[in-house]
Amino acid sequence: MSASQTTTKFQSTSAFDVERIRADFPILKLTVNDKPLVYLDNAASSQMPQQVIDRLVRYQTTQHANINRAVHYLSEIATSEFEEARRKLQRFINANDEREVIYTSGTTDSINLVMHGYGRKFIGAGDEIILTTLEHHSNIVPWQMLAEEKGAKIRVVPINDAGELLIDEYEKLFNERTKFVGVTHVSNALGSINPIKEMIAFAHARGVPVLVDGAQAAPHTKVDVQDLDCDFYAFSGHKLCGPTGIGILYGRAALLENMQPFKGGGDMILSVTFEKTTYNTIPHKFEAGTPPIAAAIGLGAAVDYLSEIGMDAIAAHEHALLKYATEQINTMPGVRVIGTAEHKAAVLSFAVDGVHPHDIGTLLNQEGVAVRTGHHCAQPVMQRLHVPATSRASFAFYNSMDEVDALIAGIRTVQKIFT
Amino acid sequence: MTNYKSLYQEVILDHNKKPRNYGTIESPSHHAVGHNPLCGDHISVDVVLGDERINNIAFQGESCAICKASASMMTTAIKGKTRAEAETLIQEFLAMATGKLSHDACPNIGRLAVFAGVSDLPTRVKCAILPWHTLSGAFNAVATTSTEAEQDPMHAPIGDA
Ligand SMILES: Cc1ncc(COP(=O)(O)O)c(C=O)c1O
Repeated sequence: MSASQTTTKFQSTSAFDVERIRADFPILKLTVNDKPLVYLDNAASSQMPQQVIDRLVRYQTTQHANINRAVHYLSEIATSEFEEARRKLQRFINANDEREVIYTSGTTDSINLVMHGYGRKFIGAGDEIILTTLEHHSNIVPWQMLAEEKGAKIRVVPINDAGELLIDEYEKLFNERTKFVGVTHVSNALGSINPIKEMIAFAHARGVPVLVDGAQAAPHTKVDVQDLDCDFYAFSGHKLCGPTGIGILYGRAALLENMQPFKGGGDMILSVTFEKTTYNTIPHKFEAGTPPIAAAIGLGAAVDYLSEIGMDAIAAHEHALLKYATEQINTMPGVRVIGTAEHKAAVLSFAVDGVHPHDIGTLLNQEGVAVRTGHHCAQPVMQRLHVPATSRASFAFYNSMDEVDALIAGIRTVQKIFT
Repeated sequence: MTNYKSLYQEVILDHNKKPRNYGTIESPSHHAVGHNPLCGDHISVDVVLGDERINNIAFQGESCAICKASASMMTTAIKGKTRAEAETLIQEFLAMATGKLSHDACPNIGRLAVFAGVSDLPTRVKCAILPWHTLSGAFNAVATTSTEAEQDPMHAPIGDA
């Protein structure tokens, strides 16, 4: 190891007490195949601190009932905790109004809500939707379904070999038929951070609304929807140290009010007769049926936990991990980083010459190291970069420099087995 | 706990590096392409089935070491066998790889027993069985097969793989 690498490693660990943070995560104490677990699949789903687990237990043992329905004690407390969590999420993304924060089941559900609620009402035959090569399938497939139904067209922003969006090309895609833009804030496959603020401003100057897929950004950077000026922002609880089955759609109130409901049922109505149903106000208009109450309250506790550490401190530590891991990989013959954008967050995709990613994944698992291998639900970007699949290490703030070392040692073991 | 390294034994690594019967056959009597949509891997299998025996067999494709070694060893095991013998071996291999039979209970399995370890790795079972699937598809004149598809001739038996 060179002197400069040692420095990188030392500086970031001293600035951030990762061992204290790790103590909050019981799952990190596991051993896998007799090795300490090294969990580097955070982009797929993150782990949960004891504080969130405790909150779920407290809710379930002392506060659970259905919300918005009854006047009894438990229903009132569950409703108020559920709404309090909404306000925590509002503050977490700096939304102007709590009514702009809609509970969904996750990013996928949030995007589908926009497709049905906005797209099916406002996008028609011959209209164009701009997406990017970096999108996760969940921000492609709903729009393809809409395009097929309506006879609309999808235009795709290309990337360069580093995995950066070509902004000139993005701007050239706009014309009078452009009705919508969907763009990921951070690429889940490559880690590229997209210049969404500039992209949103450009679209708004042409009267086009923008949905941002924030699934990979919300866990790693401070999100301010007012500063970004986005129209919709979607993210998932389970990538944010919260439970599965809960996610958020932020939507600008004026747009949400004009949208049609996505799902019909209880709670999303004000009155129902067989002649006419009056829909509830936002956000309830989009929250049909009994929501995942415990999960929403758990997500509220998760964003409290993250905010206490501080998103800026989280981003800085993860950046140090990414930098150190990238430096290490760049010294290894036969190993190549896939995705070399100038601005990247917490994701390191790589390829090892002569070794298929699935073999890498199985062999790293044997060393206790959990990475994701495959196409990462982003086949278009894989095709563009001519790689059928990659191995992906994705970091969270509770990962340590020693865990990067374990990853690097694991890759060396893989290379040894395959030579 | 199983030592997964045991799956990556010499034989498997050797067949991965130097696959036997790799390529295509000019005019095969049977042919099929197999896909594993979960990882994008695909292989083709060409067979020349004579009156009595499998006279020639070849495979080609993009895949992980487990899949490639399984295909390579499949071709060496199958060449010269009758179709009935080959079908029996396919069934034994699938049963072993999915953990339904131990390798001791598979009388014809021979050196293919090195793949017994995949049954402990649910995410890798499909890699090992893709070539066998594809061969079965070729015999049954299913031109493209998949580890996920409805028309998959082996769909039911590997449902829990
Ligand atoms: C960029 C991106 N968008 C969307 C999703 C889908 O999230 P979920 O499965 O939680 O709905 C993911 C998750 O993998 C993602 O990484």
